[in-house]
Amino acid sequence: MSAHGEILVPGKPGEGPALVLSAPISFWGGVDPKSGRIADVRHPECGQSISGKVLFLPGTIGSSSASAVLMELVHAGHAPAALVLHEPDAILLLGLIVAREMGWETPVAVKLQRETFSAFEGKQVRVGADGAIAVSG
Amino acid sequence: MSLALTSDEQRIAGGTDGAAMAMRIVAESAALLGAPRLIPIASAHIDGALYHGDSGTLFAERLVEGDARVAVRSTLNVGALDLMGCSRVRLEEPQRSMARRMMEAYRKLGCEQSWTCAPYQAGHRPAFGTDVAWGESNAVVFCNSVLGARTNRYGDFLDIACAISGRTPDYGLHIKANRRATLVFDVSALPPEFLASEIAWPVLGSLYGREVGNAVGVVTGVTQNPGEDALKAFGAAAASSGAVGLFHIASVTPEAPDAATALGGIAAETTILVTPDMVVSAQARLSTASVTDRIDAVAIGSPHLSLAEFDALERLMAGRRLAVPIHACTGRHVLTELDRDGRRKALEALGVVIVADTCVVVTPILPDRIGGVLMTNSGKFAHYAPGNTGYAVLYGSLADCVESAVTGRPVFARLGS
Repeated sequence: MSAHGEILVPGKPGEGPALVLSAPISFWGGVDPKSGRIADVRHPECGQSISGKVLFLPGTIGSSSASAVLMELVHAGHAPAALVLHEPDAILLLGLIVAREMGWETPVAVKLQRETFSAFEGKQVRVGADGAIAVSG
Repeated sequence: MSLALTSDEQRIAGGTDGAAMAMRIVAESAALLGAPRLIPIASAHIDGALYHGDSGTLFAERLVEGDARVAVRSTLNVGALDLMGCSRVRLEEPQRSMARRMMEAYRKLGCEQSWTCAPYQAGHRPAFGTDVAWGESNAVVFCNSVLGARTNRYGDFLDIACAISGRTPDYGLHIKANRRATLVFDVSALPPEFLASEIAWPVLGSLYGREVGNAVGVVTGVTQNPGEDALKAFGAAAASSGAVGLFHIASVTPEAPDAATALGGIAAETTILVTPDMVVSAQARLSTASVTDRIDAVAIGSPHLSLAEFDALERLMAGRRLAVPIHACTGRHVLTELDRDGRRKALEALGVVIVADTCVVVTPILPDRIGGVLMTNSGKFAHYAPGNTGYAVLYGSLADCVESAVTGRPVFARLGS
């Protein structure tokens, strides 16, 4: 299984287990900035960690502090290995843009149709710096 | 369509100072969003001064070191500390110092020390039709919907970058055509007595946000202006459960003299007919606590309480002592008024904990209590409290919250309504 994502914010290529969220998430209030654990009790994937995962996001909702949470995850070394978004989310991705300005290494973020997300579920996935998304191993 | 910067903007972005960093952040965001140009803004509301970790402090200090200053009026959203000393924030070192450094850095950048999530009730009300860059989801939705000024939902850091550069990407809700409603949220089937109740607006807001996502909708069937505090509660709840940046209410909000105008004369793509059952279920969803015979705390004031909301609190308390504390979150604009005639001291003597400059879901104020139950009348608190505080939530009206705080156990005036 492979696909090609459009680069939203360039960054370090990443590999990790795919975490395909089944519902949109608010990073602020939904993800613990200290650990990357999903903390929103109403979210279906509550309790799982996004840290080190190839995170497939069907959508984002809620607070405008999502960028701060993502940047904090980057700075503290708890960021996802790569982000795959259905559509560009300026609020969330700003966390990566600002982290780059600060000179910190950020994971690559790419755009991919959410209909194809499920093909990666449960797999080890690699996202290249060019946006190539492939099941590895 | 690619981004074209003016020669001035390019020159600023090419520098090495704080202004350059801000301009590059604005320009990169514009490119990401597909905006063709940057446009000037009249004001900003900055949500980036809330401590989420050291990275945000380091960013703000980098801007200060680079001699950056805001170019337009910029108010500040809540911080992580109660600088007025009303409540005790249990943030430990070294986080406490980092949070204080962050608040200080934003002051040095030239931002006003407003420290409120309701800047629109603290004298920051941009004129109809002006372009602004506001952060904090409830402030964004109020600014767009109730004031008719134009802003997108600015994420932390883009807000301050826009304030410093005085510019913002020209896209989204800055463009008039994108402000048109495409769906109708019809509440005419709901009983008038429900629509006149306080809980109608946070409950409907929560339902609205979940139903519409990021679409622009027009609410129809509202026969009377519910007032600014109700619109504030509706928008805050809608922006918590969905990605709502702008709503219209026919014959209430300024871009919707009637539904047809809000829809731009085009038929709605979707009409949601809100039924009493949908409301019951939306209200039930706001609570996460299982059946309980006690509550541990009450929190009100998300968004920050207005003076009128304090009037209502005092009326309902009627001088009674509280068995469990009511945390009443507000800003300095209201605190000054409360202090003027001794009202704050009187409320505190009865067991109210006034929280200023911040609130109970953004920083540790509530005691650590495993299995704790928090009661609230705020759709936004109901949404965020479980994840951010660990407390389970019981949702009720302000009157229910007060009666429950007086008795120490959940009291609902009308069960199941």
